[in-house]
Amino acid sequence: MSGAQPRPQAANVPFKAPPPIFHARCAACWIVLAVIGLTVASFASLDLQWAKFFSVEAMQRMGRFLGELVSPSTDPKFIAKLATASLETLAMSAVGTLIAAIFGLLLALPASRGHAGDRALMRAPTRLLLNALRSIPELVWAALLIISAGLGPFAGTLALAMHTTGVLGRLFAEAIENAPPAPGFALRAQGVSDGSVFLYATLPQIVPQLVSYTLYRWENNIRAAAVLGVVGAGGLGQMLMFHMGLFQMSETSSILIAMLMLVALVDFGSYMLRRSLAR
Amino acid sequence: MTPAALTSPQLRDPAWTKRVFWVCAGAVLLAPLLVATEFKPWTLLAPDSVKVTLRFLGDFLPPRLDAEFLAMVAREAWRTVAIATAGTALALLLAIPLTLGSTAALSVSALSGRMGTAPFVLRQAVRWLLIVLRSVPELVWALVFVRVVGLGPTAGVLAIALTYSGMLGKVYGEILESGETQASTALLRNGSQRLQAFLYGLLPTNAPELTSYTVYRWECAIRSSAVLGFVGAGGLGQQMDMSMKMFNGSEVSTMLLAFIFLVWLADLASAALRRALG
Amino acid sequence: MNSDERPAPGMRIELDSLSARHPAASTGAPAALRAASLTVAPGEQVAVIGPSGAGKTTLLHALACALRPASGTLRLDTIDPWSLPVRELQRLRGRLFLAPQTPPLPPRQRVVTSILAARLPRLSLWRSLRALVYPDDIAGAYQALTRFDLADKLWDRVDRLSGGERQRVGLARALMAPASLWLVDEPLSALDPTRSRQAIDTLTQAARERGATLVASLHQTDVATRFARVIGLREGTVAFDLPGHEVTRPRLAQLYAQHEHELVATAPEPAAPLPVPSVATVCR
Repeated sequence: MSGAQPRPQAANVPFKAPPPIFHARCAACWIVLAVIGLTVASFASLDLQWAKFFSVEAMQRMGRFLGELVSPSTDPKFIAKLATASLETLAMSAVGTLIAAIFGLLLALPASRGHAGDRALMRAPTRLLLNALRSIPELVWAALLIISAGLGPFAGTLALAMHTTGVLGRLFAEAIENAPPAPGFALRAQGVSDGSVFLYATLPQIVPQLVSYTLYRWENNIRAAAVLGVVGAGGLGQMLMFHMGLFQMSETSSILIAMLMLVALVDFGSYMLRRSLAR
Repeated sequence: MTPAALTSPQLRDPAWTKRVFWVCAGAVLLAPLLVATEFKPWTLLAPDSVKVTLRFLGDFLPPRLDAEFLAMVAREAWRTVAIATAGTALALLLAIPLTLGSTAALSVSALSGRMGTAPFVLRQAVRWLLIVLRSVPELVWALVFVRVVGLGPTAGVLAIALTYSGMLGKVYGEILESGETQASTALLRNGSQRLQAFLYGLLPTNAPELTSYTVYRWECAIRSSAVLGFVGAGGLGQQMDMSMKMFNGSEVSTMLLAFIFLVWLADLASAALRRALG
Repeated sequence: MNSDERPAPGMRIELDSLSARHPAASTGAPAALRAASLTVAPGEQVAVIGPSGAGKTTLLHALACALRPASGTLRLDTIDPWSLPVRELQRLRGRLFLAPQTPPLPPRQRVVTSILAARLPRLSLWRSLRALVYPDDIAGAYQALTRFDLADKLWDRVDRLSGGERQRVGLARALMAPASLWLVDEPLSALDPTRSRQAIDTLTQAARERGATLVASLHQTDVATRFARVIGLREGTVAFDLPGHEVTRPRLAQLYAQHEHELVATAPEPAAPLPVPSVATVCR
């Protein structure tokens, strides 16, 4: 008997089963599991009052609120107060953002590495400061600053300024670090000091970005300014707390409409300014 | 070069008048704004204000570090994270149908050219709903819900869920529309249903971006839920509010540090998650 | 030295076996400049030619004290700049002027400010800030631009100029700088033959008027051979160092061996100004 014939090759590659859904070695699987675990634990540990929310009493109250909300108050004296509060809120957001842009730029200088060989000794501590400033939300800043500045829009303006300085400072520092290095290199080759290099080489290149970030942040700050009054920092928020506390829902509705209009106005204004400066 | 040419008008900066004008206009615009915000920085230096501030700041150090208090802070910090996670989860649940209803990438009528009028109107209506959900500040929702359900985390979770569903819905729609729609269009053309086209066509292509944005929103939710605590929605914010009202600087200091630490952790976790799942 | 005095004429350069690496080069790669030795007398005008990769830019950057030499010595006016304390080195740098190949002009800046920026080594921070608000030496900037036939562009923004105009603005800055050493890298790459001629004539004439030492790297060998002295670089070493009229075609062919296409092609255009990046997403 001669040697067995070699087995003919199959025409198709052997079929492979798909990998199992959960694989002990796959990092992403564990992460998904952890996320699901976190979500379930969150729902379980919170004392969520679904029963209370869906109870007849709560639904009735919601219904009443909604009913009053769709009929905003148009009393002229109230509208006048609303207009003043809107102006106050607008002013808070504008002045706060402006102060933040100035201080943000001042802090961005030590917080950035001007060029590849720059030792930038103050970079780490300044970045830490900026992170601390922006980690604390505007409302918390407002609550803290009311202790020093008293109730009213001044505390709100300062609160916006403190938080936004942290945000803009970091963004400005990144813009400085990402600026094209060629103009600065040529000036530094001539022995020009760092301050002058910043003024004549870096700043002209990043001004459009700085303005864009500031205007973009103004859009965010008008939303924040509108609600800072909840802790007593003036503006529409303070009126809102007052009327909501008295369950005057139709006045509340007018205040909400004013808030939405103000936000839309600032969004539009910021967009138009950004477009006109981009030309 | 004649001396006359050196002093010719073209050697005066033509932009100077315009710049001076804009600076003056800016100053004129700024003055009423400063008045409206009662901008009086010198009041910060008034003696009684300075006294109160210094006392409060003085209390900051040392921060309160006894075991019982730290345990409470840890509990409240977990609550803040839980409120944020639950809120984001609910927002996701709400956002998915809203996204499917608003995105033009799943439009069957648009396959053959223009979108039909009725589908277009429906999509616009859903988009407007998303805009309304997004535009009302979550604090306002929280205030309303606190009056309906009472103080506690439910109000916070619901407020975050509603506002964030608007934000998630809008960005999901944009991601789906700006991504590659070839796969889903091909499926729709061959007669599959919209949900199938989404699950088999759009979702796999855009999953990294969608998850990335969701994780980023979760991180923002943690900050939001701390803020919502100030109106009674539970968590670290509520405790901070109570301590501040009692001028207890050392407690506020601990809680601020805990909050900054929490935000930093969430930032790290979010970056790692986005890297791993992206 | 009084800040209003004219700069002392002509810097003297002495290179002794200088080796330098390109800053972005990997550690294993050969040095861009290898044991280069040369001496340039004060007020001399030297053209540096060679194929791409020969080390022309590295040489100019090393002379500008922008690159620390890996070995060998550099002496400017008999002083080793790298042995000086930082403040003295900065002052020495103020006496030289480097014009990189891509004009280092911020796109949104006006030409007048870009030109006047060349005088910054002499200005204090306060004066430079004031000059930003209102330019101080407009007449000087006007004269510098007129010599390069750009007088009408005085108030224009840099990004509204063509590539060739930007390059000439970069050269005009040399006329404003308080420098006794001019280091010019590929000054004619974006200019057509007529303008090239005008520009290089203006540059050399202005350098002669001040007595400044001029070292220019050129791709245009026909322009280079009109210089009093031509240095040919190849693979980081000095291949020849001759008067311009002694640089013959066979010598050029030997220098550009395996890079013959560069003898006829022009150098690449300077890059256009970069677009503004879009806004990043930020959390509330």
